[in-house]
Amino acid sequence: MKKVYSRPRLLKEAHFHYCPGCGHSIVTRLIAEVVDEMEMAGKAICVAPAGCGMLVYNYFDFDTLESAHGRGAAVATGIKRVRPQNLVFSYQGDGDLAAIGTAESFHAANRGELISIIFVNNGVYGMTGGQMAPTTLLDQVTTTSPLGRTSVKEGHPVRMCEVLAVLPGTSYLERVAVNKPSAILRAKKAIAKAFEHQLKGTGFSMVEILSPCPTNWKMGTIDACRWIDEVMTKEFPLGVVKEAAC
Amino acid sequence: MNGNSACAEAAVLAGCTCYFGYPITPQNELGEYMARRLCDVEGAVFIQSESEIAAINMVLGASVAGARAMTSSSSPGISLKQEGISYLAADELPGVIVNMSRGGPGMGNISPAQSDYLQATRGGGHGDYRTIVLAPSSVQEIADLMPVAFDLADEYRNPVVVLGDGMLGQMMEPVSFDAIGPPKEFVKDYILTGAEGRPSRMVRSLLFDVKEEEEHNWKLFRKFQRMEQNEVRFETELGDDAEMIVVAYGTAARIARGAIKRLRQENLKVGLIRPITLWPFPKKAILEAARKVSEFFVFEMNAGQMLEDVLLSLEGQGHVHFYGRPGGVIPTPVELYRIISRHYHQSLKGKKG
Amino acid sequence: MPSGTTEKKGSITIDQERCKGCLFCVEFCPKKSISLSSKLNMKGYFVAEFAPGACTACATCAVVCPEVAIEVYKA
Repeated sequence: MKKVYSRPRLLKEAHFHYCPGCGHSIVTRLIAEVVDEMEMAGKAICVAPAGCGMLVYNYFDFDTLESAHGRGAAVATGIKRVRPQNLVFSYQGDGDLAAIGTAESFHAANRGELISIIFVNNGVYGMTGGQMAPTTLLDQVTTTSPLGRTSVKEGHPVRMCEVLAVLPGTSYLERVAVNKPSAILRAKKAIAKAFEHQLKGTGFSMVEILSPCPTNWKMGTIDACRWIDEVMTKEFPLGVVKEAAC
Repeated sequence: MNGNSACAEAAVLAGCTCYFGYPITPQNELGEYMARRLCDVEGAVFIQSESEIAAINMVLGASVAGARAMTSSSSPGISLKQEGISYLAADELPGVIVNMSRGGPGMGNISPAQSDYLQATRGGGHGDYRTIVLAPSSVQEIADLMPVAFDLADEYRNPVVVLGDGMLGQMMEPVSFDAIGPPKEFVKDYILTGAEGRPSRMVRSLLFDVKEEEEHNWKLFRKFQRMEQNEVRFETELGDDAEMIVVAYGTAARIARGAIKRLRQENLKVGLIRPITLWPFPKKAILEAARKVSEFFVFEMNAGQMLEDVLLSLEGQGHVHFYGRPGGVIPTPVELYRIISRHYHQSLKGKKG
Repeated sequence: MPSGTTEKKGSITIDQERCKGCLFCVEFCPKKSISLSSKLNMKGYFVAEFAPGACTACATCAVVCPEVAIEVYKA
């Protein structure tokens, strides 16, 4: 018997801290696979966020830095400007990118910084216990929208890919999901695409990844995967939002 | 050259290749100078960031990538940077932050003030850390201290604050950069360059295990102790026969000199201790002075901040007088001379009378 | 002409200490070769277990496994 699938070389031995059925786990693995397949382990520098994704520095076997909450795009900008030959990407959740980090994300995109952002969108603030996020859906119940999100009081969910697509500095923006095998394979290709755009210098790239959070959605793991297909993608359609020539 | 521009020029000569900042009066000339000047430096980076918060985080990124990076702002903007400065200290990364302070609190005004002393010298952000604080009092001294700031930041792997004020930033004085030599080289085995040919590195400050976090804090503490032992800088003028010592820094020290000149003309024996590092504070020098002098006069452009450090330094000895004007008011030497004179007569002549 | 005997083409190993019983592999295995056992691991999760015989080494289980607990072998 020959081994046809093994643990990615660039994942350290540490067990993941993520909840059962958490999309972060899959995204973390995909990044490790892509960096290895692109032979960029010696060049990759990952900026980790605050939030459930904050411990990626314990998992990736390449250079990593923890950023303050929301500042990943600014920190990645500083790194990439000093080391343009490196593959610099930030890993951010919905609060990190689209709430506290909105200015940094928007302006890094507007300047066309040659960084890639892996944006894990699970519609809630996971690490802090399930509060409302900018991407929480209307009527979705969270700990800080106990009666369900309303447009009148809390505004609409934000589609960051579409928001950033307006900016000429962005060259590749795609929304994917990690809720089933075909989607996961598509997500992996998107991550590789984003890195390719960075290395070719076309502009700012981002992959938004719809990710199950069974714990805070208060659902079973398989139900959470289905919910992404049946409900979440209605608000956050999958697909390439913008792509410049590469 | 004005102080803001001299600061920028000296930084570039000291090897600063990255400047990130946001406009705020009274230090706009610093960023503007950098925008033009860094065009002449190969591989240099200038970004007018979207906010002061973004700027300090860009400094962190550039620093972890191995560059000498700085940012500048004025009081309200410096408040915004505090989280980033805390992260720099926690991550043990170098960085230089220039504060041309102005009247506050809140929006305040654009007039020079010294009301960020406590913010600068007590870490300023969350957590147990300190930053070396350098306090120039002339345009030349700004130029002299910028290379020192970068060297200290690299040597200790810690952020360094250069605390000026709107007057120092805006005033024009002759300045020479001849004394600035080529930047010192530091071995940086902690930076992120991509893990080619070596084990991967992680730079982070989250330490869930409280024992680990405590040990990290003590490690930083020992670094701060070394700074306190080795990096105190101050100047004493007319201290030998003084019966009253004025303690003042920056612009306030210049005003104090003018006052002391007049006092000396009337044979009032007043001297000056001018701290150049506000942290570490010249505690020993002040305590030493208390062996011969019993009257200390703290003068600053605020409602009483360095006053606390002078009181702490004296450990209850001597008698401390205070005169301060907050809000961006620039007291005149004559005004100060009158106040000091009155205190001097009440404390000293009265006893002899 | 082969009359329908199935050769064992594939096999997987599951690192049961990494497994969190999330059921993704159980749900997505096209051959239904994986099920949730009543065995508990050190973390207190019921762990997935593999029943050999029908596996084709398609690696879908490994692709969906969040814990990267599965390795796949092919004959």
